[in-house]
Amino acid sequence: MYTEKVIAEFTNPENVGEIADADGVGEVGSPTCGDIMKIYLKVEEDRIIDARFRTFGCAAAIASSSMATRMIRGMTLSDAWELSNADVVDALGGLPEAKVHCSVLARDAIRAAINDCRTRRGLEPRETGSSRCGGGTGCGSCPENG
Amino acid sequence: MNDLDRHPVYMDHAATTFMKPEIMAAMAPYFSRYFGNPSSLYRFARESRNGVDGARRQVAAAIGANPEEVFFTAGGSEADNWAVKGAALANRERGDHIVTSAIEHHAVLHTCGWLEKQGFSVTYLPVDEFGRVDPGDVEEAITDATILVSVMTANNEIGTIQSVAEIGRVAHDHGALFHTDAVQAVGAVPIDVERMGIDLLSLSGHKFYGPKGVGALYIRRGTRIENLIHGGGQERGRRAGTENVPGIVGLGRAIELATADIEGHNRRIAAMRDRLVRSVLGSIPDTRLNGHPTERLPNNANFSFRYVEGESILLLLDARGICASTGSACSSGSSEPSHVLLATGLSHEEAHGSLRLTLGDANTEEDVDSVLEVLPDVIGRLREISPLTPVRARIPEVD
Ligand SMILES: Cc1ncc(COP(=O)(O)O)c(C=O)c1O
Ligand code: FES
Repeated sequence: MYTEKVIAEFTNPENVGEIADADGVGEVGSPTCGDIMKIYLKVEEDRIIDARFRTFGCAAAIASSSMATRMIRGMTLSDAWELSNADVVDALGGLPEAKVHCSVLARDAIRAAINDCRTRRGLEPRETGSSRCGGGTGCGSCPENG
Repeated sequence: MNDLDRHPVYMDHAATTFMKPEIMAAMAPYFSRYFGNPSSLYRFARESRNGVDGARRQVAAAIGANPEEVFFTAGGSEADNWAVKGAALANRERGDHIVTSAIEHHAVLHTCGWLEKQGFSVTYLPVDEFGRVDPGDVEEAITDATILVSVMTANNEIGTIQSVAEIGRVAHDHGALFHTDAVQAVGAVPIDVERMGIDLLSLSGHKFYGPKGVGALYIRRGTRIENLIHGGGQERGRRAGTENVPGIVGLGRAIELATADIEGHNRRIAAMRDRLVRSVLGSIPDTRLNGHPTERLPNNANFSFRYVEGESILLLLDARGICASTGSACSSGSSEPSHVLLATGLSHEEAHGSLRLTLGDANTEEDVDSVLEVLPDVIGRLREISPLTPVRARIPEVD
């Protein structure tokens, strides 16, 4: 049910671990399956120079964390904020509908880490918005999908 | 050689079994030579009829029934649906209450749920930490309105075997019918419908090396039960539809083989399973065995590995050529992990990190060795990834 890309990313994930002197840490739990994702950021000026993760969850969640942390490395905080779960899904070559919420977890964890970074710098956290994938994919996570 | 190129180590026999060659051989002529419809009157169709009749005798002999009490279905789910809906609807004027357990297969649970919508009331009995139903609880749950008690012989996820004979006695003492889903039990638990006080029993061919899509319902003579499948007069007017003759013949041969030496089979399988369980518990910390320590199917091992999630375990095992299953919510994309594991009192996290390995007749000690070689590594890698793993349970990093 997973694409080769997902399996490859999941079996050999990158950026597993913690950053001891992280500038921002974000932890989120999935309302759908109860899984947990934690993302650590090292930020210089406005740029993410290192991103790492730990995830308790399915193959899609682990693959999404690995892919998402790879994608935001080198990005500015505002660009990383704009990373959507659909970008992660695309980079993975697609996810089964029931697994789209796992990629939303990655986006939410990144936003939580960025907000943590902002708070530490004395800035207002940004409005995270709903934890929707913007998809109507029928994955069961969105209230309108039951 | 790549792990994937090798024949996989199949340890998911509770999901389905491979078909034994002698069973396929028994079926083969009924696909070609004896293709006749068993209901046809000409002599040519007689072999088809004989095939079905022979299988009915084989099933009856395996469970201590009379052949006239055996009805073929399109599998275990149909047998469960028929038993529960049929008994409920036929006895409605006597009462509207059903007693079942929280750990039944969905073929029973969802059927009960449907009956609730039709106005029946259902008691879902809890189980203890090992997955056992207390017959005393059955007795307490029964009311004057109870028409049916349905408790499975053995559970498909954790392998726990119930005190079927005792539960059957309790049901009969109170004038209720007793159904048991024996889909996982056939070939592992000796079944005698008389001694065990069973009125209705479901079984399914593909769980004991027979074909998929064919099963049977045992109906004790005189049991009030409505038909489920309406149509032609097959199965003595109780279950319509042209018989799946090759499937039925295969089911008959399969149950005969599966029940020929239950004790010897159990001894051999349990020896491998016990070594697997001992070694896994000994080599992987923060691991528990789910289910009952002794009252369990001889082929079933069900573990919970703390801090990790089942679907990930499954896919890493798959990448290394091992087929297994899990009760994790992630594996189904749903929000709840296995209802069976939760009913035994496991936390969501523990149920999430479950792995079921079920052995079968083709497994060898080498297969067990393969699992023992791969599994600690898989769990170690996932624990390295998980944020829940305490430092003491992490593999020290080698830089
Ligand atoms: C305990 C139990 N009951 C019923 C079924 C359903 O059987 P079938 O797949 O033949 O419909 C299964 C199979 O998964 C089972 O394990
Ligand atoms: S994280 Fe649980 S389904 Fe993906």
